[in-house]
Amino acid sequence: MIKGLFKRFTLTLVLLGLHQLTIAQAEGEVNIDNSDHSTHETHSHHSHTEGEHSEFVPGDFIIHHIADANKIHFFGEGADEISAPLPMIIYVEGEGLDVFMSSAFKSESESHDSHAPSTAQGPSTGVLYTKDEHGITGKNENGELVEIWDVSITKSVFGMLLIITCIILLFTRVAKSYSRNPGLAPTGMTNFLEPLILFVRDDIAYPVIGKEKSKKFLPFLLTTFFFILGCNLLGLIPFIGGFNITGTIGVTIILALLVFIITTINSNKHYWGHILWPPGVPHLIKLIVVPIEMLSVFIKPTVLMIRLTANMSAGHIIILSFISLVFIFNQNFGTGAGIGIGVFSTLFMIFMYFLEILVAFLQAYVFTLLAAIYFSEATQEPHH
Amino acid sequence: MDTLLTPAFGTVFWASIAFISVLVILRVLAWKPILNALESREESIGKALLEAEKAREEMANLHANNEQLLSEARLKRDAMLKESRDMANKVVAEAKAKAKIEASKEVELAREAIQIERKAAVAELKSEVAQLSIDIAERLLREELKESGKQKDLVDKLIQESTLN
Repeated sequence: MIKGLFKRFTLTLVLLGLHQLTIAQAEGEVNIDNSDHSTHETHSHHSHTEGEHSEFVPGDFIIHHIADANKIHFFGEGADEISAPLPMIIYVEGEGLDVFMSSAFKSESESHDSHAPSTAQGPSTGVLYTKDEHGITGKNENGELVEIWDVSITKSVFGMLLIITCIILLFTRVAKSYSRNPGLAPTGMTNFLEPLILFVRDDIAYPVIGKEKSKKFLPFLLTTFFFILGCNLLGLIPFIGGFNITGTIGVTIILALLVFIITTINSNKHYWGHILWPPGVPHLIKLIVVPIEMLSVFIKPTVLMIRLTANMSAGHIIILSFISLVFIFNQNFGTGAGIGIGVFSTLFMIFMYFLEILVAFLQAYVFTLLAAIYFSEATQEPHH
Repeated sequence: MDTLLTPAFGTVFWASIAFISVLVILRVLAWKPILNALESREESIGKALLEAEKAREEMANLHANNEQLLSEARLKRDAMLKESRDMANKVVAEAKAKAKIEASKEVELAREAIQIERKAAVAELKSEVAQLSIDIAERLLREELKESGKQKDLVDKLIQESTLN
């Protein structure tokens, strides 16, 4: 018991530390990014005047590919870029709702850099929106900043809507096939999806939560599993814009929040008893353990969120890094080095792609399994 | 980088709507029917397996029963055959014995009848013979006693003889 608590304590500390570290690092990188960007901009401007290609900055390249965007970028950069615009939906406080396509954003500086600040006029409110790498800001006619709520269909939102449409169509069809031929062996799509459904039920829900209690949680677990799996797999399809839905923190935060809400709603006296007054622990140690346990209630779903986001983003970052290697070598050591590294990078990317397919399934499994474990902890009956 | 780590309002907004609606829709339209169908199919398969096992056991029982019945029937048939043979034998033996007795009775009767007939015949013969001998004796005596002297002699002689007796 004590050992387990100690283990959990150290784990929590490590996770907290990691979290702090990532935040600190992120802030640091933002600063670097900013300074980088300014130099990059002047640089690109400079090179533009010379009619040369802008210098390749792998950090920007990668971040822009895994970050959410207001367009689906297929290929090409700058003026050669081929991308699909997405609808912008912006609510301006006190002014009204603006709905327009993201293609309305025009760069002022005629720059080939597609990430340079660009502006668009709101069709119904007349607010001037400015988009840069920090997001979108709005200014009214008087040049004053206005409060805006950006609910645009971004790349991740679009991908998510695509996935949920697919999931709903797929599983309602599967459900119909069960009612059409009840008691018969599954065929077609049902045959393919049934093992996955049974996997979630028989290998996650039943052994962790128990057969009777899991009835309540199975719809959530199944939806989560297939939603995450669908989003992960969509992110692996090349040439459709490199979706990174499960690597977008806004999506995973909702999943984690729902896990937290369901855990808390279904928690019983036994669960809270173990958190607020852990039995069998000396009183002095309780002083340490109780706050940690209280924190762990929030840390657990947070960790779920971070794990999924980080894992999916990391996969994309690694693949993009190998792509970047080709350009870096091409730029610094000539075309020959670029081609040589290209062969090596491609081999590595093939390997990474296989790994990513595994990770897509693994992360969906891990998220669902841990959610199930938290549910089972919350609903556990006293056994001593 | 900060866009990667801070959840964007729009994404959170759409993600919550999208995920919760897909959860509700699938819960009603998919998971419930699918899970129920799976469960009922599992139950029916389990039941079918149990029933098959039961049927097999029953078949085995039936087979054993049949065997037993057959052997019993065979035994019974043998017993019946034996009994009937015995009965037949007995009947034949009885009939034989009866016939023998009957026959011997007949013979006895016949013998008795013959005896009686013989006796009657002998008696008749005797009386015939006696009559004949008396007749002969009469005739003889008549012839003999025609002379008176001789009659006197004979009387004497008879007297003599009778006194001796």
